[in-house]
Amino acid sequence: MAIHRHDNHKSANAVMEWVDKRFPATKVWNEHLAEYMAAKNFNFWYFFGSLAILMLVLQLATGIFLTMHYKPDAQLAFASVEYIMRDVPFGWLVRYLHATGASMFFVVVYLHMFRGVIYGSHREPRELVWLIGCVIFVALMAEAFMGYLLPWGNMSYWGAQVILSLFDVIPYVGPALTEWIRGDFVISDATLNRFFAFHVILLPLILVALVFLHLVALHQVGSNNPDGIDIYDHVDEDGKPLDGIAFFPYMVIKDLIGVAGFLIIYLGIVFFWPDGGGVLLEKDNFAPANPLQTPPDIVPLWYFTPFYSILRASTTSLLFALEIITGLIVLWLWIRAKVSIKVKIGFTLLAIGVFFGLQFGSGKAWGVILMAAAIVCFFLLPWLDRSPVYSIRYRSLPFKIALVLFLVAFVTLGYLGMNAPTPGKTLLAQICTVVYFAFFALMPWFTSIGKTKPEPSRVVYEAH
Amino acid sequence: MADNNVSDVNADGMSVEDRKRRRFLTGMTAGFGAIGAGVAVVPFVMSMAPSERAKNAGAPVQFDFSKLQEGQMVKVEWRGKPVVLLQRTSEMMDGLEQIEGNLADAASESSSQPVYAQNNKRSDPARPELLVMEGVCTHLGCSPVEKLAIGPDPQMGDDSQGGFFCPCHGSKFDLAGRVYKDVPATTNMSVPPYRFDGSVIHIGDDEGRIT
Repeated sequence: MAIHRHDNHKSANAVMEWVDKRFPATKVWNEHLAEYMAAKNFNFWYFFGSLAILMLVLQLATGIFLTMHYKPDAQLAFASVEYIMRDVPFGWLVRYLHATGASMFFVVVYLHMFRGVIYGSHREPRELVWLIGCVIFVALMAEAFMGYLLPWGNMSYWGAQVILSLFDVIPYVGPALTEWIRGDFVISDATLNRFFAFHVILLPLILVALVFLHLVALHQVGSNNPDGIDIYDHVDEDGKPLDGIAFFPYMVIKDLIGVAGFLIIYLGIVFFWPDGGGVLLEKDNFAPANPLQTPPDIVPLWYFTPFYSILRASTTSLLFALEIITGLIVLWLWIRAKVSIKVKIGFTLLAIGVFFGLQFGSGKAWGVILMAAAIVCFFLLPWLDRSPVYSIRYRSLPFKIALVLFLVAFVTLGYLGMNAPTPGKTLLAQICTVVYFAFFALMPWFTSIGKTKPEPSRVVYEAH
Repeated sequence: MADNNVSDVNADGMSVEDRKRRRFLTGMTAGFGAIGAGVAVVPFVMSMAPSERAKNAGAPVQFDFSKLQEGQMVKVEWRGKPVVLLQRTSEMMDGLEQIEGNLADAASESSSQPVYAQNNKRSDPARPELLVMEGVCTHLGCSPVEKLAIGPDPQMGDDSQGGFFCPCHGSKFDLAGRVYKDVPATTNMSVPPYRFDGSVIHIGDDEGRIT
């Protein structure tokens, strides 16, 4: 499209023609930007995809500049970060942009995922977009975890110690695996060096590749919209959706507004509240790593705390509650669910396996399994959601109630994970853990009951 | 060679024999390629294992315990961790049985120790009185303080039979490193692998023995 406007500029045209014969520049530009159609009723929830790309680029850029001054050496790492903060011109800014940026990246990604859930963006035909996105989420968690060790503060050290010791619970190979990951018998210089390599080379490469695949998959099926309906159901004589507008320039301009608003918040934090009161930069991390001095309470950064809470909440009493819930689900399957006898028997056998596993496993091992399962649940979402409609606007009441309960549980788990456990808090974390898993386990049920509202045939849009 | 007659026609003109042969060769090539790639990965994976320098620093340590008096305790550093060596007296050994009802894991079923130390003394039956244990709290890795005296103690309680007290979060352990009930730690302190060679103990190396 853009090319056609330049018909009078013969020389520019000639250059593009020369290029296009050798490289599909105009074709790619048109297919993925100038003629990529998205629904005209995108709202603010649709900012977070482009903001995630912005954060990725910013983290890559600030990371490169930090690497110029940082020393991945257990003797020098902590001092080199302080050197960046005090002596490198604008080093403090680059470092705060990167450290706060990690938190902002997760804010954006969590909101982006929530957008997917409420508008049904994970549903057919966008399952692969969602799955690749889930892999990005896992890779991002690995990237953040490894990056967190690099300042070699005391919380960096002990956080890595706690998380790496999780691998110890794997039967037979666990201890050897942990040793292999650490490259030593304790967290040491070897661990710091390899985490640096993974953090600055391996995982960024993987992340960029995954984001590319995420976009390829998205552009194959087209973007969803807040009404969760297919805009290609109504097309004009050229085959263009009547409710679609071109990504360039319209969506780009809209996203730039989102970028402006986001930067105000992000830079506001960077300039005026870079440690976020101990949430974004933990206070214990202002002291160098000390293998002989444990911080009073080891907590990961806030974006890991919902999963960390699940890990800590898994005690004998939680496992008992999970056994009861497994039993109830099987009971419901036999009495109410309209599924074949094979499915019923399959699930019953699975449940018996889970039951005995829960009975005989240790609390720590199940904590790790539950924490992993909490993440795996997201991958299954496209197949657990059975609602006839996609968007929250037309969903039935049971789904809305379940979603609110899940959100409350997720946020509560996140809060509890940032605090030292007490018996009362542990019980609350256990209740929230049950709600968390019930949301996924019961989703096929509560998405198929209740009265949904009729979907419109065209997107809901008011010109302004 | 009848095969050559059909080979220049096209792929579809291949005889069944030729097709089988081609499938076999493709399979073999891909298989050997995969094996080669797998072997090529080995050095990279191995390069991440503890280096010789790290192994040296984590090597077993030796200690001559012949001069260790009854009731005396020393700490030996192994892999950056303090290892407690305690020559328990007969009163201490008797005390272990008295408090078993207050312990969370008296039989060491969910704790970490070599099989030869999984008993209510948590020591090698060859020298049951010698306690060898990593002095690291299983809650969050602090180093518990020894309370060797039998009798009332502000932290260990009025009828203390001696033990270890973690100043960080108040976990209590007996003189076999077994954890008390209702404290933050839930498992007993770990016992490292060890073996005796005369009056010398090798900590971190038991030559794979199970008894």
